Amino acid sequence: MGKNSAAHPGQTSYVKKNEGISDAVLKKRGFRYLLKNNIGFFYILPWLIGFAVFKLYPFASSFYYSFTDYDLFKDIISFIGLDNYKQIVETAKIRKAFHVTFRYAFMTVPLKLAFALFIAYILNFKIKGVNLFRTMYYIPSILGGSVAIAVLWKFLFQTDGLINQILSNLRITGPNWLGDSHYSLLVVSLLRVWQFGSPMVIFLAALKSVPTDLYEAASIDGAGKTRQFLKITIPLITPVIFYNLVTQLCQAFQEFNGPYIITNGGPLGSTTLISLLVYQNAFKTYQMGFASAISWLLFLIVMTLTIISFMSQKYWVYYSDEDGR
Amino acid sequence: MTRKQRYLINTSIRYLVLLLVGLVMIYPMLWMFGASFKADNNEIFSSVGIIPRKFSIKAYIEGWHSTEYTFLTYLINTYKIVLPKVLGTVISATITAYGFARFQFKGKKLFYAILLSTLFLPQVVLNIPQYLLFRDMGWLTPVLSYFPLIIPAFFACDTYFVFMLVQFLRGIPRELEEAAKIDGCNTMQTLWYVICPVLKPSIVSAALFQFMWSSNDFMGPLIYVKTVAKYPASLGLRLSMDAEVGFEWNKVLAMSIVTIIPSLIVFFAAQKQFVEGVTAGSVKG
Repeated sequence: MGKNSAAHPGQTSYVKKNEGISDAVLKKRGFRYLLKNNIGFFYILPWLIGFAVFKLYPFASSFYYSFTDYDLFKDIISFIGLDNYKQIVETAKIRKAFHVTFRYAFMTVPLKLAFALFIAYILNFKIKGVNLFRTMYYIPSILGGSVAIAVLWKFLFQTDGLINQILSNLRITGPNWLGDSHYSLLVVSLLRVWQFGSPMVIFLAALKSVPTDLYEAASIDGAGKTRQFLKITIPLITPVIFYNLVTQLCQAFQEFNGPYIITNGGPLGSTTLISLLVYQNAFKTYQMGFASAISWLLFLIVMTLTIISFMSQKYWVYYSDEDGR
Repeated sequence: MTRKQRYLINTSIRYLVLLLVGLVMIYPMLWMFGASFKADNNEIFSSVGIIPRKFSIKAYIEGWHSTEYTFLTYLINTYKIVLPKVLGTVISATITAYGFARFQFKGKKLFYAILLSTLFLPQVVLNIPQYLLFRDMGWLTPVLSYFPLIIPAFFACDTYFVFMLVQFLRGIPRELEEAAKIDGCNTMQTLWYVICPVLKPSIVSAALFQFMWSSNDFMGPLIYVKTVAKYPASLGLRLSMDAEVGFEWNKVLAMSIVTIIPSLIVFFAAQKQFVEGVTAGSVKG
């Protein structure tokens, strides 16, 4: 980031140069001058248009729809105030979906991150064949979102699938993973945990960037490996932990493919995440207004959690460059 | 215990853990691969071994034809979506990133803040109104049904890639561009002749990720592509799963493998770029 801030003074002096010029001259330069001075704006214009059309407008209109009884089969849209939201709160099925989504996220994210950090920590020792291991761990996350891997997961957890076959070799009778509402959510979240590859790669890069002299100094002071890990490694990689936490949390609250393909929300709604519920209401029964309201509640939850994480940064995330980037 | 002994024990424990975890990661996929060559469900569900008693490619042949169209159609359809999407993303994200990383203009800070905040905007909130928007634009007809999936990519709508390229660009010194400016290049020429070559590895990285993500995409096609003739592989696979009456797993697994093989080839050809790409947004050197 140092490079960036060093480049800025050059930019400001460029602007300052123009301050001495009289308004008349500036005016004469007119549009061409304006264009030249703000040329960067034209480069971001495609994105800005895309943002306005495909993001901002939909975002705002979904807020509006959430207060209507918009139904694709009805011609008239009427404003019904908070009725949709009321109905959401009163419907047990939907309350359960929110509950399930929270359980899913708070089960998946910590497990995934802990695992990613653990493996990255081991890989960071002088291990022969680091690249081979890294590849092995990374493949599931590259393919993991695909339908094919969801099919594989469904296959592994059949009553006589690979998992139960292995368990029966150990003289354990495996449960009916996908048919039993006690286990189904676990199976679906394990699919995500299994894809710990990308946070792991990020952790590994961060661990490599921790200066080794810190460890040397600590070990001279008599700190053991565990203490070094807790007192040096963890604090120094908190920015990366934070980054992974936020991205994974956002992803977890939007999970769709896994539960949709593996269990289709069942059994007994035990894997019906909010995203599935939105999909069903919007694109199966075409209750656009009601589905918008559900999706907006989900958005509010994700936003609140993101804001909380960002605000909590100052209590636990340590940025080495104090200039605030 | 001597120091050396302890070192040996620690190291072997580490390797053991790594190998065990590696096995958990890879074995399911190998088992799936083996199962796709096995004769029937009986054989698949009676052993944890990978190697089939008798290699049979029957599942591949039958699976290939298990739906209305062959999987060739679905695979071609997938890349009819994925390739334009990758192209659009690369072009628009590079241009946008160049604008943000290298210029000062009114409102830049605000726009960049907006760009970053859209990273956290859940797609779920946008699905419904986007669907209605595309309907009003007349993009839901079978002929245009790929438009909702492709066109936004040309407007840098996958903002993650803009963010990623901005991060890369910030790490690249400006001397070359200044030299180009002195030589009389305008900004457009600078972008094409100076920035693009230097940024090429990162652009490739972005292209690869977009390739993977859009090949894996399921929800997008599920919402917009309604005619079977237009199905991409992800929907084709789902269809063959539903079509399977007695659920012959080997067929479904065989087709699953068919759909991920292109992605696997791309991954192995360009592993390094993936690793560089994934660390781009998060770790500052």
